[in-house]
Amino acid sequence: MADYQNALPDLLPRPFLKWFGEKGWSPRAHQLELLARSVSGENMLLIAPTGAGKTLAGFLPSLTDLTRRGQLPPGSPFVGVHTLYISPLKALAVDIERNLMKPVSEMGLPVSIENRTGDTPQAKRQRQKTNPPDILLTTPEQLALLLANKEAERFFKDLKYVVLDELHSLVTSKRGHLLSLGLARLRRHAPGLRTIGLSATVSDPMDLRRWLVPQTTPQDDGPEAPAGLVHVTGGAAPDITIMTTEDRIPWSGHVATYAIPAVYEEIRKHKTTLIFVNTRFQAELLFQELWTINEDNLPIALHHGSLDAGQRRKVEAAMSANRLRAVVATSTLDMGLDWGDVDLVVHVGAPKGASRLAQRIGRSNHRMDEPSKAILVPANRFEVMECQAALDANYIGAQDTPPVGEGALDVLAQHVLGMACAEPFDALELYDEITSASPYSGLTWELFERIVDFVATGGYALRTYERYAKIRKTKEGRWRVSNPQVAQQYRMNLGTIVEATELNVRLVKRNQLGSVGRGGMSLGKVEEYFLEQLVQGDTFLFAGKVLRFEGIRENECLVTNAFSLDPKIPAYAGGRFPLSTYLADQVRAMLADPSRWHVLPDQVRDWLAIQRDKSMLPARDELLIETFPRGNRFFMVAYCFEGRLAHQTLGMLLTRRLERAGARPLGFVANDYALAIWSLNDMGGMIESRRLSLGDLFDEDMLGDDLEAWLDESFMLKRTFRQCAVISGLIERRHPGKEKTGRQVTVSTDLIYDVLRSHEPDHILLEATRRDAASGLLDIGRLGAMLARIKGHVIHRPLERVSPLAIPVMLEIGREPVAGEAQDYVLEEAADDLIAEAMA
Amino acid sequence: MNYRMALAASQTAGPVASAEIMINGVAAHCDPLGALYLPDLSCLVVSDLHLEKGAAFARRGMMLPPYDTLATLNLLSAVIARYDPKTVISLGDNFHDRRGSELMPAAFRETIGVLARGRDWIWINGNHDPDGIFDLPGQSLDELLLSGLVFRHEPSLIAGRGEVAGHLHPSATVARRGKYVRRACFATDGARLVMPAFGVLTGGLDLKHRAMHGLFDHAALIAHLLGRDRIYSVRFGNLIG
Repeated sequence: MADYQNALPDLLPRPFLKWFGEKGWSPRAHQLELLARSVSGENMLLIAPTGAGKTLAGFLPSLTDLTRRGQLPPGSPFVGVHTLYISPLKALAVDIERNLMKPVSEMGLPVSIENRTGDTPQAKRQRQKTNPPDILLTTPEQLALLLANKEAERFFKDLKYVVLDELHSLVTSKRGHLLSLGLARLRRHAPGLRTIGLSATVSDPMDLRRWLVPQTTPQDDGPEAPAGLVHVTGGAAPDITIMTTEDRIPWSGHVATYAIPAVYEEIRKHKTTLIFVNTRFQAELLFQELWTINEDNLPIALHHGSLDAGQRRKVEAAMSANRLRAVVATSTLDMGLDWGDVDLVVHVGAPKGASRLAQRIGRSNHRMDEPSKAILVPANRFEVMECQAALDANYIGAQDTPPVGEGALDVLAQHVLGMACAEPFDALELYDEITSASPYSGLTWELFERIVDFVATGGYALRTYERYAKIRKTKEGRWRVSNPQVAQQYRMNLGTIVEATELNVRLVKRNQLGSVGRGGMSLGKVEEYFLEQLVQGDTFLFAGKVLRFEGIRENECLVTNAFSLDPKIPAYAGGRFPLSTYLADQVRAMLADPSRWHVLPDQVRDWLAIQRDKSMLPARDELLIETFPRGNRFFMVAYCFEGRLAHQTLGMLLTRRLERAGARPLGFVANDYALAIWSLNDMGGMIESRRLSLGDLFDEDMLGDDLEAWLDESFMLKRTFRQCAVISGLIERRHPGKEKTGRQVTVSTDLIYDVLRSHEPDHILLEATRRDAASGLLDIGRLGAMLARIKGHVIHRPLERVSPLAIPVMLEIGREPVAGEAQDYVLEEAADDLIAEAMA
Repeated sequence: MNYRMALAASQTAGPVASAEIMINGVAAHCDPLGALYLPDLSCLVVSDLHLEKGAAFARRGMMLPPYDTLATLNLLSAVIARYDPKTVISLGDNFHDRRGSELMPAAFRETIGVLARGRDWIWINGNHDPDGIFDLPGQSLDELLLSGLVFRHEPSLIAGRGEVAGHLHPSATVARRGKYVRRACFATDGARLVMPAFGVLTGGLDLKHRAMHGLFDHAALIAHLLGRDRIYSVRFGNLIG
């Protein structure tokens, strides 16, 4: 490291040395190492905890290079953008501009910096194309838009650096796939560009190091060496505690209302508190509950992804100016935003993953040499154990970030169309470019051809759409878009985040309704399916207010202030993370080992002790199955600890098997820890009398035919299909000239799914859906690992009544749609009512 | 949940249980496939076929699967074979857009030709296809009067007695013990009837939706829900939604 200190005058131009000197600082070793190695031509990955000066490190190569270049004289020929900075969050791009402008203006550097996000006005975007800034701060979607432009080559030909922030969170998603393809295209426009990845700690840095370099070169001499690594470790150990209160810890639920007075006390005791929750729903509720007891009128704000962008910017600005005492936030605030003097992080609900916890705690006190302070607030008794496990993990530095997956095919289809919009492409050249991106390095030529065919005409065996093709092969053998409308449609529908249809929520005055237009304030967006359940006068919680639903007008939901204290609550589908495999294992271990219980609160310890008396506690590698009667039903509870997604899949498959075995199952419910199935026949008795074998029931072969059969009618697969259909461009989110009636333009993807299943089961989009589902929604990989693990270790405990351990999952039984075959059964009963009525 | 694609793919000749009803004094059978049969007139009625819906979207750049027409025609063949009617009435929105019948591939044209052979075929014009049909057997009409019944595409608020219409794609939801099931349905109060959509690529509109208001006498309204091989008849008051 000393080398770099000695090389300071060579590495840093005079204004930098002067600025550091005036501040009484010296550049950190990792900043200099990253600078030196980038300048010498290496692609680099910097892994560092929050507060280590990651941002400045990432920009030093660009800033020093631009400083040496100096201001371009007026009248110079066009120069393209010098540095691209890509962040996963719009807010982060805005925040970085603020943070970066400070040293740049203090040093008086001749560097122009601008951001470009979905919120950037059209005029500014247009100007950026003709007169680009030196450093452009943007998002993966905006990059894709720029690359699909005819001017892309001119715009990017002078590109020297691409800085990728929060890389660990980007690469595991479809946005990361899109970005990797964009990066491959950037390399073609600017072959000499270097990448600088910035990341929090990850389980496998090699994944990211490969991601940052091309996997094939035009000379085809194999993949480039992985990016160089600068790894900053250390920092003070965080001070994390689990909140203890005298109040009863609830059996189930995710809101932790019992702890709200205690959380409020902590807010009062600290300067600025960040309160993280896992879902928007929790955020809404917690925010409202805090204000209910906010006798000191402390400035407490709310921040989540459904809120209006303007509202969010306001909160962010107030936060950075230290005007707030607390912010309740979801993952929108999860990443790298360095704001204000946060001295406490409260995490309500279990963090669901050790890495996520470490990341969120990093928000507090972002000087790395002082310990961060955090309090975990478990929302129910299982979460107490989960919090304890996460706490242990954070101390021992365990990491459980997901691996970088294989590139999604729907994203690839979107990219192929985008590339045709930019300029006619040669299929072979584009294939080489795409396979240089690490997520797509294993893509076969055959699969690529099918994707191109899909983009052109839908890829159907029945070739009736040739005359409507979106892209066509020219005489020279290059693919080009059929007409300008196709490019326009592409631009309107780009992106990989598919939300359920959302309507803008507008607050109006009650007497204005029906007469006056839309004077009121926009509060954000809420999902359409939720609103469809409401009738006028219903109340719900949104943007921290209790609102009265007044009606839907065109694409807006009109609401008035309600004065009700008992609102219906938005039931957001997204946002709940499944328990990580690592934490699940830790919770199982804790459950099995009473010597570790002393760290748990009394009530949780008592609960486990009673469970041991009334039933049993499974060993770490065992699967406990309890059966008991309740009401006029029989229940089976399996304690799998594999997360809600895997449990739901398991529930679907087990009910099929139980149906065949004659148990007449009626339904099931899953949480992160367990699965409960109920039936008309006595499953416990069937197991005892050996009419039902648990070994067979939980055999791994359920992932064969049963899985296939279930996928045929699975609702979850349909939801996955909807995403693929939208991202791949089969279905449009928006159609030119049809914005007003957007809701009617869309066609039901469920119907399309059924058509494909029955007529073209190996269609490329079904293939894409199955791949997504296996890794994502269905968590099939994890389920398979569990079935293998518990083989021969399934223990049945027949009980007279519900056990203590079963209470949390039993409390989740509620309104869920029935699957498949049971549907006609429900219809029959409903129809029978009519007969009874007629006979009376 | 949409059964129609699965139905189209797996039509069996098994027995089905229709619901036998009266519309303005005329006897009719509600078939589980979503067709209405009038035995005294040997007349089969289907509504909202929305043929060539996939192609209509493809023309706008959305390449929906090109199999919907085939599947709908398979269902139609099955229900025609079941009753062998003298007359077939298709109650409008026969095609998903104005150009549908003109641009339909020849193979489907032939299928319709075979189905229509030896029968009278009436194409009522709908809002999606107001210009009528192109080069297909049968005649186009805006509405048809037959034995005290009037067949038109869009239900009218006035003159409701004896009206058989489509357009609204009615569906209904029933619930038991917190479980709910939604299906396409025939909706009738004895005076008039609104048909379920027959096309496989069609959505549904709940019977409680405001677009249905004012059409029926709710006290007498019954939803005949389409089950796999029977009709489930549920009073309006017992529906949820």
